Amino acid sequence: MRALIGLLFAALAGTAHAQAKTELTFYYPIAVGGPLTRVIDGYVAGFEKENPGIKVNAVYAGNYDDARIKALAAQKAGQPAQMSVLFSIDIYELLEQDLIVPFDDMAKSDADKAWLKSFYPALMMNGTYKGKTYGIPFQRSTIVLYWNKDAFKEAGLDPEKAPANWDEMRSMAAKLVKKDGSGNVTRWGVMVPSTGYPYWMFQAFSRQNGQDLMSREGNSTNFAHPDVVASLQYWVDLGRKHAVMPSGTVEWGTLRQNFVEGKTAMMWHTTGNLTAVKDSAKFPFGVTMLPSSKQRGSPTGGGNWYLFKKSTPAERQAAFQFIKWITAPERAADWSIATGYVAVSPASYDTPKLKTYVSGFPAAAVARDQFRFATAELSTFQTGRVRKALDDAIQASLTGSKTPAEALKAAQAESDRLLKPYK
Amino acid sequence: MRHVYGWLLLTPAAILLVAFTHYPAVATLADSFFSAGTAVRPSRFVGLDNYAALAADPVFWQVLRNNFWFALGTIPTSIALALLMALWVNARLPARALVRLSYFTPTVLPMIAVANLWLYFYTPQIGLLDKVAGLFGAPSHNWLGNPDTVMGCVIAMTIWKEAGFFMIFYLAALQSLPPELEEAARIEGASRSYFFWRVTFPLLMPTTLFVLVNATINSFKLVDHLFILTKGGPDNASNLLLYYIYQVAFSFFDTAYAATLTVILLALLAAFAVLQFQLIERRVHYR
Repeated sequence: MRALIGLLFAALAGTAHAQAKTELTFYYPIAVGGPLTRVIDGYVAGFEKENPGIKVNAVYAGNYDDARIKALAAQKAGQPAQMSVLFSIDIYELLEQDLIVPFDDMAKSDADKAWLKSFYPALMMNGTYKGKTYGIPFQRSTIVLYWNKDAFKEAGLDPEKAPANWDEMRSMAAKLVKKDGSGNVTRWGVMVPSTGYPYWMFQAFSRQNGQDLMSREGNSTNFAHPDVVASLQYWVDLGRKHAVMPSGTVEWGTLRQNFVEGKTAMMWHTTGNLTAVKDSAKFPFGVTMLPSSKQRGSPTGGGNWYLFKKSTPAERQAAFQFIKWITAPERAADWSIATGYVAVSPASYDTPKLKTYVSGFPAAAVARDQFRFATAELSTFQTGRVRKALDDAIQASLTGSKTPAEALKAAQAESDRLLKPYK
Repeated sequence: MRHVYGWLLLTPAAILLVAFTHYPAVATLADSFFSAGTAVRPSRFVGLDNYAALAADPVFWQVLRNNFWFALGTIPTSIALALLMALWVNARLPARALVRLSYFTPTVLPMIAVANLWLYFYTPQIGLLDKVAGLFGAPSHNWLGNPDTVMGCVIAMTIWKEAGFFMIFYLAALQSLPPELEEAARIEGASRSYFFWRVTFPLLMPTTLFVLVNATINSFKLVDHLFILTKGGPDNASNLLLYYIYQVAFSFFDTAYAATLTVILLALLAAFAVLQFQLIERRVHYR
């Protein structure tokens, strides 16, 4: 069966060669789907027009998990895919399966080397391993704080001034909590989502408290560091001690609805929600960097371009050319406006198009300004298991079944066991 | 010659069964004795290592416990409810077709859509449940964010989804019961409850067995809602065996351990099926 499929594709590839065209296939995930696939198709058409010798097939592959499964299965079955947009934190899995090649091998000219250095350093952290670049940032996001200016006014706070540090966030949140006659909360002070991607939110807390959760080699974590424990304690206390946030976990998927209906005065959420909040909030709202404890901080998130190993030199060259084209400043600016994802290079924020957009909607620049304090998203070898150990520890603490110290100690022990072979 | 025809007729189905059911099951069993391979470290024979890891995995035991409570919570209630609804819509009542349809509607909806609906029922403050409770001055409750209530919420939704489906089987069975029995019972002066427990219920036993087997299998194989509602959280409080297998296979990429868990799941289901057919068949009257 496999041989048959192989033959079939060999035949297809043969016809492609006969027309002297290089054919490329890539998989891409878009979390929100729908109209954005048309944006990608538009880019592909634009590229093909400028490069008549190359044909590009864009395959929409569902969410990040689906895209990874499909891309890996295609590679194993010998189907052609020379590149893909996959989750930035999949890098260690792809390295371990020996599927990807570094961009450094392709970037020979000075112009190409300069292109490799043209992105925000914070966005490159998840894409490099042992000094080489395997992932080029594409659809990337970060966490920001949204606040409801009407609620601030009502609570007697300055509506233009968001909390700058942990103490301010707690005390302002306490003032923002609103209760009805029988003492039930009708508006919470702040909400931080803790389902779906708890580790991601937690990375912001721990970064703000001065700690990164993993080493650059992806083979050790420090979940049990006292400052990490303290940052989880702060998060837990917002709900369980100070009662400015609901106790238990806060649902990622419905949080935006809570915010636009005024049920919470502040929320931490991805920049990817910016356009949706802008469209549905009936009150003036602000967007700012996350507050600091010892420093500001947020992890980055989202998808990177990868180059697959299985390809001919001509295909790889064409794929490299395509990735350079689609991450160029003008495209990055256009993509950022269309999606709400951050533009990946400083040069794209200097394009006239994005400059005009940002001046009309300053919130769009907050993510960019936060890059100075940003860190890589949690990614290690055995990343799925390590992440789940941390997710479980966070949820156990938030729901009160374990203390942060014991939960994180158990997660660290699990991570030590998993990462031992990679030291 | 007859044999050849027989085999020829059987071949298409046999090929499908072997290729997509029996071969994967055997391959899964074989995989569970090997380690998960990567390009750097190829897969190798590890004997019962995967089973030892399984016995030492606290999450495995928790999802197994969860699955037990999930089955116990959903099966008897949805069967009882299905029977009740079937008796109700089998009687003469106005707009009977409409009532039947409305009971059946949850079954027609895709599980993912149902989970999205119920996500907004359960959402604190803005959810339907909290809004209704709020009218009576009850405080807001974080239904899905609390390990004590999350399983109850998932169970309630599953019953709502499944009861209508089982009702259809009971309804069909009720309509096939000969009306003479009821007439005879009335002439003899049997009360309605006596008639139900001594005549209707025993005659429905084959349907009950069928529904029971299906409900049991469903309680292990229906996990679509977890993707939307809880992702197995908080802290595995609503995680079920099949969802855990998905996590291990596609999020951890540990195909060997996923195969081991699958073997356990298959063994459990096979044991249930044998038990149900053996024990209950004695009390089931097939006509």
